[in-house]
Amino acid sequence: MQKPTHPPAAIEIETVTKTYGKRRALNRVSIRVAPGEMVALIGPSGSGKSTLLRHVSGLLAGDRGAGSIRIFGREVQKNGHVSPDIRSVRSGVGFIFQQFNLVGRLPLLTNVLAGMLARVGTWRSLLGWFSREEQRRALNALARVGLAEYAAQRASTLSGGQQQRAAIARAMEQRARIILADEPIASLDPESARCVMECLTALNQQDGVTVLVSLHQVQFALQYCPRSIAMKEGRVVYDGPSADLSSTALRNIYGISSAEIDLDGTTPLDLGVCRQPAAIAAGA
Amino acid sequence: MTAASQSLALPETPLKTKLLRLLAGMVLAVVLMWAWQGSEMRPWDLITYRGNMAAYLSGFLTPDFSDWREYLHQTLITIQIAVWGTLLAILGAVPCGLLSSANLTPAWVHQPVRRIMDACRSINEMIFAMLFISAVGLGPFAGVLALFMHTTGTLAKLFSEAVEAIDPQPVEGIRATGANKVQEIAYGIIPQVVPLWISYSLYRFESNVRSASVVGMVGAGGIGMLLWDAIRSFNYGATAAMLIILVVVVSLLDLVSAGIRKRYI
Repeated sequence: MQKPTHPPAAIEIETVTKTYGKRRALNRVSIRVAPGEMVALIGPSGSGKSTLLRHVSGLLAGDRGAGSIRIFGREVQKNGHVSPDIRSVRSGVGFIFQQFNLVGRLPLLTNVLAGMLARVGTWRSLLGWFSREEQRRALNALARVGLAEYAAQRASTLSGGQQQRAAIARAMEQRARIILADEPIASLDPESARCVMECLTALNQQDGVTVLVSLHQVQFALQYCPRSIAMKEGRVVYDGPSADLSSTALRNIYGISSAEIDLDGTTPLDLGVCRQPAAIAAGA
Repeated sequence: MTAASQSLALPETPLKTKLLRLLAGMVLAVVLMWAWQGSEMRPWDLITYRGNMAAYLSGFLTPDFSDWREYLHQTLITIQIAVWGTLLAILGAVPCGLLSSANLTPAWVHQPVRRIMDACRSINEMIFAMLFISAVGLGPFAGVLALFMHTTGTLAKLFSEAVEAIDPQPVEGIRATGANKVQEIAYGIIPQVVPLWISYSLYRFESNVRSASVVGMVGAGGIGMLLWDAIRSFNYGATAAMLIILVVVVSLLDLVSAGIRKRYI
């Protein structure tokens, strides 16, 4: 573990454990992410990536008695209790979901403006009154992800890739300094996936937003994230430069033969999700 | 491929499931027989005494429209009662419906609210009408209040069922931006349920026009009072005229609300 540095870490997770019945979803997880980093969270399905991200946003609380999570020094949760201040902490953290989680019947612009909700008062938001300046900022956010022309359209009328970019625009509208992305490209075709990853990279490099993104396609982690954290059965089993992830290490993480890990191939390989029965693979 | 499919066994319904289905069928049969006895069902009487019915109905064959202005006027009052009864009920049902949704409130909130709504729903408009007549006197306002109480109970249940069936993911998306609970409801839940809420409200408005014509019978205003007088004095011609006007008006409302539904949903 690194020593605490002068500026507070962007994300600081200390010995967080989460138990469902008898199953350990998270087992004493400790992670430190410095401001401005872009970190991939990899590992097979059920390894605890989503659970961890939801803990960082305070949507889930860890087990009682131990563990804490801080964002830029502000407490998200401690000893299994979510901070009473959580809404204000969350307002600076954008969360990107696998299923986009936009409100399908609302226009795209309103979905993006929802990123402002923590900053406008309850009454003003109930009346749906957003200033022209706020609306222009939301439109700019949509323009940056290439969707300005769809601002008046209902979110449900857009493709998955477009919806996910709109979700990123919502995080921009939040003026998020951190983006947590939970399998943001798992439901997208390769081209849309690339688009979404490039949006996240642009935010990271141009705006200095810290990004923690869970991916089950190792190629994307290697391509876009300098650092990778690998999880298996609720534990962190690798934390270091993505470039140093050897095929041996990946085999340990995913528990499959290294031949199936196509590191420099162009076709994304779905690891740990779909293992074809041998009979079909052999063409029988 | 064929060899493999032959060796596959089709899933068998377990014996326990079969017995349970049989038991459920028997219980249903017993309940139906029990209810048949209690409600003294005698369908053959309809055939035996068809002459009496024909005589009664023949009275309706010559509708008497001589007082049609008054009938139309009272029918419009009936609609006015339904408009305000339904509107007040919608205003009451939005908070009550949200409070009785299990996915929004803890059990100690939604259970008591649901029981109050059950009470509102299970007490007939006629009884509420008599209660309010004793408070505000004879007339349409008592009818409005009666419809308001009963419809709040109905709409709150329908509204909360819509809320309980929403997709929770967009709500989580709103929550993750740091929005508070009220904002989660306004931006994550209401947009999802609005089409259903509009549809339920329009349907209740139509039913309330019918109910408003009945509450009039106890003196709470509208066509019901005239209708009751005409029936009691065996004035079938006038009764038939009023019923025809009522059916035409309700059909027109139905067309209008179908149009609204098509536009917004």
